[in-house]
Amino acid sequence: MLTLMELQKRVATAVMSPLTHADEIASRTVDGQPMRALATELIKPNDRLTSLERLGIYNRQYWFRVLDSLYEDFPGLCAILGPNAFHRLCRAYLTDCPSQSFTLRNLGARLDSWLREHPEFGGRNLTLARDMIHLEWAHIEAFDNSALSPIGPDDLRDLGPRLRLTLQPYISLLELRYPVDDLRIRVNAASEDHGAASNAMIQDRSRGARPRFNRVPPERIFLAVHRLGFSVYYRRLEPQEFHVLEALRRGDPIGEAIESSFKTNTTKLQDLQVIKGMIEGWFATWAEMGWLCRYHESEPKKERDNDHNIKAA
Amino acid sequence: MPANRFNGYTDYGIGIGLRVPHYQHILERKPVVDWFEIISENYMVDGGRPLSILDQILERYQVVQHGVSMYFGSAEPLNREHLRRLKALVKRTKTPWLTDHLCWGSVDGRYTHDLLPMPYTFEAAAVTARKIREARDFLEVPIAVENVSSYAEFHVSEMTEWEFLNEVAEQADCGVLLDVNNIYVSSRNHNFDACEYVDNVPAERVAQIHIAGHSKFQKYILDTHDHPVIDPVWKLYELAIRRVGPTATLLEWDDRIPSFDEVHAEALKAERYVEVAAVAKC
Repeated sequence: MLTLMELQKRVATAVMSPLTHADEIASRTVDGQPMRALATELIKPNDRLTSLERLGIYNRQYWFRVLDSLYEDFPGLCAILGPNAFHRLCRAYLTDCPSQSFTLRNLGARLDSWLREHPEFGGRNLTLARDMIHLEWAHIEAFDNSALSPIGPDDLRDLGPRLRLTLQPYISLLELRYPVDDLRIRVNAASEDHGAASNAMIQDRSRGARPRFNRVPPERIFLAVHRLGFSVYYRRLEPQEFHVLEALRRGDPIGEAIESSFKTNTTKLQDLQVIKGMIEGWFATWAEMGWLCRYHESEPKKERDNDHNIKAA
Repeated sequence: MPANRFNGYTDYGIGIGLRVPHYQHILERKPVVDWFEIISENYMVDGGRPLSILDQILERYQVVQHGVSMYFGSAEPLNREHLRRLKALVKRTKTPWLTDHLCWGSVDGRYTHDLLPMPYTFEAAAVTARKIREARDFLEVPIAVENVSSYAEFHVSEMTEWEFLNEVAEQADCGVLLDVNNIYVSSRNHNFDACEYVDNVPAERVAQIHIAGHSKFQKYILDTHDHPVIDPVWKLYELAIRRVGPTATLLEWDDRIPSFDEVHAEALKAERYVEVAAVAKC
């Protein structure tokens, strides 16, 4: 007799094997076993359903559930690739990278690294698609990552060049090659409720019509994805502003963070006054939005990821 | 019977599931509701709106946690990160008891996010019971396991579903969350007598009851939680409540969710059976 572990491995392999293009159970599992033989060996038929049909119910429910989750979390990516290409990408990604978390919230966590390894699924819009993935993952992080106690505008008087600050864990800083924030807002600005989880079965997939984006002109943008009042916002940043924030998140002292972000030999006294006013304005804004927090020595310094700039907390 | 060691000696009445479309109504109108059941995983996050809403609910209402991915029946060990986050939530909600399903859904660290049916074997019962005990010892809260709806049965099974439920509950010394809609759905899918199931549950261990709606297809029934409770399920509920006594009862409605008032009114239909059962017990 099969052990519990052996039975569960075989059933899980069958349940997680890709459906046919008609959303039916395939003739073979993802590792090449004949599906009908496996079903017949493990599952009792009844007077209305064969063993294979009973297994097929779970196979479909699995795929409908995980596909729905990606459709909900990455509507912008769907709009860029188009529904057919997006569906192919999701099936391939989920086949290679099934969920490793107890929550569907983390289902898309490996999507960017997977797409980097499988650029054919991004087609001619690969860079745009990866930018959108960065934004949509940052959106998820902004929705429910933790918040630390922020320093307020009054605390800014105590700031000195040696002081270290850090940023709220829910903030992601993104350096992007396309204006995907505008695209995402056009797709669906309101997809902020990641709270749907229950033990109910899913009857059908809701894949409503979404806008399509063709020939989006590139535009280098710097973005903070953050939340205010429990709503997620995308805020465009000046390049230097972005670099100061990155340096602060790395754990650099304020003085070094500012200096490294304004490296130029041609700075005139007149410019310095402008820069000083600009920096004071940034800090005031960040403090008002509750972005800045006290740095604790125990925090690991965050290194910049040169490949992409998602700063997941 | 209603207040027992498996539900923290509480005497909760009729509750409904806390769902996102009802947040605004609940927070603004503050309706009188005996208790809310939350899906634990929706609040096992580090911050943001989910926890803010939950904290506001906790200020006014009794809350019980219901999980969907502990997978006591999976052969692999419990997920420690899951347990750690769940315990943090238990401390936050002060749930008097905690429920999850008598099922499996993960293997080799891969999650199906489904409630897969157990093979009803003695090995599976022993594995499941050991994991329930481990979770209870770590979480320090009574645990009740819910019978699931199923669409397949395994050849290797050595007993009926209700015998398996008894075996696990006895070995784990845990409570039972009796879902009468799931019994109805499975009885239709597997051609067994739902009343025989109810007659054989360990009545003294029932901590809570679930009621819900489902969807009928030509060859099987799916547990969809998107309809009102049908009469045959109310009859099973009546049978259960007569046997078990007035017990904390919760209506699940998870898809095509109507207004708060409609959901609450559907749940409150249970009162007529609870009152009859209470009189019968006197």
